[in-house]
Amino acid sequence: MAPPGWEAVIGLEVHVQLATRSKIFSGAPSAFGAAPNEQACVIDLGLPGVLPVLNEQAVRMAVTFGLSIGATIHPYSIFDRKNYFYPDLPKGYQISQFAHPIVGPGSLTIQLPNGERKTVGITRAHLEEDAGKSVHDAYPGLTAIDLNRTGTPLLEVVSEPDLSSAAEASTYFRQLHSLVRYLKICDGNLAEGSMRCDANVSVRPVGTTELGQRTEIKNVNSFRFVERAIDYEIERQVGVLESGGEIKQQTLLYDADQDETRPMRSKEYSEDYRYFPDPDLLPVHITEAVIAEIRDGLPELPAQRQQRYVDEYALSSYDAGWLTEDPAVADFFEATTSACGDPKLSANWIMGELSAALNREDVAIDTAPISAGELGTLIARIQDGTISSKIAKTVFEALWQQEGSVDAIIDARGLRQLSDTGELTAIVDEVVTANPDQVEQFRAGKNKVLGFLVGQVMKATQGKANPQQVNTLLRERLK
Amino acid sequence: MADIDIAHLSRLAQLALDDGERARVLQDLERIIVMVDQMQSIDTGGVAPLAHPLDAGATLRPDQVTEEIDRELYQAGAPATERGFYLVPRVVD
Amino acid sequence: MDPFAEITRLRRGLDDGEFSSRELAEFYLSRSRQLNPQINGYINLSEDRALAQAAAADARIAAGEAGPVTGIPLAHKDIFCTRGIPTTCASRMLASFVPPYDATVVERLEGAGAVTLGKANLDEFAMGSSNENSYFGAVSNPWDTSRVPGGSSGGSAATVAAGMAPIATGTDTGGSIRQPAAFCGVCGLKPTYGRVSRYGMVAFASSLDQGGVLGRSAADIAMLLAQFAGPDPKDATSHPESDPWLNALREMPDPEQALTPSDGLRVGLPKEYFAHLAEAGHLDEASKLFESWGCTLTEVSLPHTDAAIPAYYVIAGAEASTNLSRYDGVRYGHRCSDPVSLEDLYQRSRTEGFGAEVKRRILTGTYALSVGYFDAYYLQAQKIRRLIQNDFLTAFESVDMILAPTAPGVAFAKDDLTADPVAMYQQDLFTIPASLAGLPAMSVPCGVQDNLPLGMQLIAPHFAERTLLAWSHRFQQATDWHTRHPTLSEAAT
Repeated sequence: MAPPGWEAVIGLEVHVQLATRSKIFSGAPSAFGAAPNEQACVIDLGLPGVLPVLNEQAVRMAVTFGLSIGATIHPYSIFDRKNYFYPDLPKGYQISQFAHPIVGPGSLTIQLPNGERKTVGITRAHLEEDAGKSVHDAYPGLTAIDLNRTGTPLLEVVSEPDLSSAAEASTYFRQLHSLVRYLKICDGNLAEGSMRCDANVSVRPVGTTELGQRTEIKNVNSFRFVERAIDYEIERQVGVLESGGEIKQQTLLYDADQDETRPMRSKEYSEDYRYFPDPDLLPVHITEAVIAEIRDGLPELPAQRQQRYVDEYALSSYDAGWLTEDPAVADFFEATTSACGDPKLSANWIMGELSAALNREDVAIDTAPISAGELGTLIARIQDGTISSKIAKTVFEALWQQEGSVDAIIDARGLRQLSDTGELTAIVDEVVTANPDQVEQFRAGKNKVLGFLVGQVMKATQGKANPQQVNTLLRERLK
Repeated sequence: MADIDIAHLSRLAQLALDDGERARVLQDLERIIVMVDQMQSIDTGGVAPLAHPLDAGATLRPDQVTEEIDRELYQAGAPATERGFYLVPRVVD
Repeated sequence: MDPFAEITRLRRGLDDGEFSSRELAEFYLSRSRQLNPQINGYINLSEDRALAQAAAADARIAAGEAGPVTGIPLAHKDIFCTRGIPTTCASRMLASFVPPYDATVVERLEGAGAVTLGKANLDEFAMGSSNENSYFGAVSNPWDTSRVPGGSSGGSAATVAAGMAPIATGTDTGGSIRQPAAFCGVCGLKPTYGRVSRYGMVAFASSLDQGGVLGRSAADIAMLLAQFAGPDPKDATSHPESDPWLNALREMPDPEQALTPSDGLRVGLPKEYFAHLAEAGHLDEASKLFESWGCTLTEVSLPHTDAAIPAYYVIAGAEASTNLSRYDGVRYGHRCSDPVSLEDLYQRSRTEGFGAEVKRRILTGTYALSVGYFDAYYLQAQKIRRLIQNDFLTAFESVDMILAPTAPGVAFAKDDLTADPVAMYQQDLFTIPASLAGLPAMSVPCGVQDNLPLGMQLIAPHFAERTLLAWSHRFQQATDWHTRHPTLSEAAT
């Protein structure tokens, strides 16, 4: 939240690495993690005489994205050269799109933490090539350059300055992340830099309309850091303005260790990028037929899926939102529900026990030791009374350790719920006989004491008694 | 004719001209710009720029890995490398 | 052996067993070694590669599997990347650069069995009209070594003119094949933009550069062109359709059949070009011959001709300024010694690595693209380019080919024009417009003045190389200007 009397104006530029097999302008592989320069081909290296040729899948992915945000797809778009010198930019220019991007204005409606929906305008999205990496601390006095990442296709998504808080910005980033994973155009692996975010931040007094001087925070790659960096910067700017100073136009980095933003020294000289159309590449022409084909092939989008869960499964908007943010989680949820027929219980277990276990062990849902089918079976055993929900937690732990199937675990550990009326009645009788004071208190009107008696029955049965049945039998007995 | 800021242009182009050269280059550039300014007398109102001689659309390539990379060969003539990295004087960021 | 023999003659000799490819290669290599000190047409001779390729060619010939250029030696302008052989672009920046790959033009020619004798000298990074801008020294015109051979493909033109190679590749951006061809009395073809792959051809101005041929005759040029022209998926600006005429030509050991011209050619004479020449008598013979063959000659107008030079120098400069940004001393090429910072590395490496003309062009281009000047310069130049192309398209509605001078005069003396860059740029007056329009154009020897060659230029519509080559061939069957050559004394060994 901005300090009182001030409001923040924030726009995000998100660089999405497209999940193509090869690079945007060369046939080198674009996978992450190879040894330095083992994935930099002659074209990526900018050797004399090489030429770029555009990857058609990058174009398709850009169109896919544009359609998913309801944007205009420009039938002709042009690649431009953005000229500046930096060692991780081998040609001395980056091939990008300046005046004629492939995707025009669209929007993304996000769901804020308080449940409200907000439509965030997206000005444009364009294709460009990624640069390499500079390592500044591997060799003293030297910077080491790895050009593997050079030429990886990027889709730069530019939002309107519609975001008003760090929390909103982080939510927008999250939901954009969700969308690109649904569209299968990006693997969403933030740790590997698959999505990076630049934030443009300015502040102004509440109620004014003129925009303040903005600063740019570059290359933030986690939801949490986006929020922290913007919060810090808002406070910093307000502090400067309130003490009579001016905001300087600056490019900043967020230092996560110090939790602060500071100016990037290498960007002190303002660049003239001298954009002009790249003469090695001709205009990209996208036909209506291609657009229609891609539109027909669009998957169900996160917002649609969320609404479907509310409509079909009667889940709350919050739960539906939680489950649909990550397409892998949503897939898991649907498979679990299929297996047991109970969406509410499936949601509870996934949002509760499963999520806790995944976080604890830092495991992704698609590599979880428990399958959706197994979780579905577990829930089914609760529903059919085989085990109680409390015992189910024990079974879950055993499943996680891969001790066997649900039924095998129940049998091996003798966890079957005790529901036999005859057996239970006998135990209820024993407990009633053994606890005359509590029986008397209950009959005198102290209802809470029933819990104690139920507890005694549970103890006597090592927790296996069906608690609802015990409750009913006790009430009967004590009438 | 506008002033040519030769220092600024040199910096953008990463060329370092000494004072003697700078004067000579400035003179040459001024002559060239005078020649080039002849263009201003041509009326180009309503004319679409021609970026490429042929009116063609982009040729695309399929998304396949087609390059076999031989890092050692490419780095054989490199000025400074270490364990596969290219080395430059430290960039302060 | 006759160092000035045409390719068809060499092909017959190879196929008849009169000489082997190895003997042919050794002959040209030896002659080149002897003459290069005078002419400086080669930067590097590639003897090992040549002899190995000749041996392979001889095997193919013996097995009856020879193609039209199998075993034919040639020189490559040292702007075409040749794997394993230094490709210098006549620049200190790339003086010891050895490419790890071949240009498509080189790959296709070598695949067809041509033998690479060496890398021909040029103006640095193809920027120049006299081949006086080479880090490896100026090239001398074999007709008069106190004069320039023209540029930028001066080395290619001189090696063919001096019989140091029967044929050579070159590149033409604003006249760099045609003008040196005219100055050296050889034929030179700049194909239609997009006809020849630019992959591996070190870029100067990407929307203008085209790879082409300098040779003794139109027939020779046709034979070589057919081997390397055509679509290349590695060059997104190459024209995607292949040409049936060139495809057929690729298989023909004698191009005669493919070079029969159609009748009734309409020839245009652009009045704005002739207005710049005090006298154009060297074109008279061609005019008369064309008329005698039933062609019509009419005046055409290309009204924006005079705007071509400024537009060209802005566009070419702009594109060159960014094409040369990759030369930064980081991954290959010249690096200054002991750089103290990144800025120092860039600035000293580039300043030391590039010659004066290259620096001028880079700065001109940087200026034309910079904030505040883009519209007035770069955009205006592109609009003028459209007007110039439109001039040609209009002219070609009424004529099939244009006949014009190639250069303002004969080869000038060394140092004559080096003091004033703009004076040098005027050399390209007649060749630049066709480059801006992307049209195929050719220079053909058509006279001699004071023992110096004169050339005429033929320009055709897009992809009509056949018109140029067929009619030049016919001209060459009726005249012998293309058989003239200078007398050179081989240095005593």
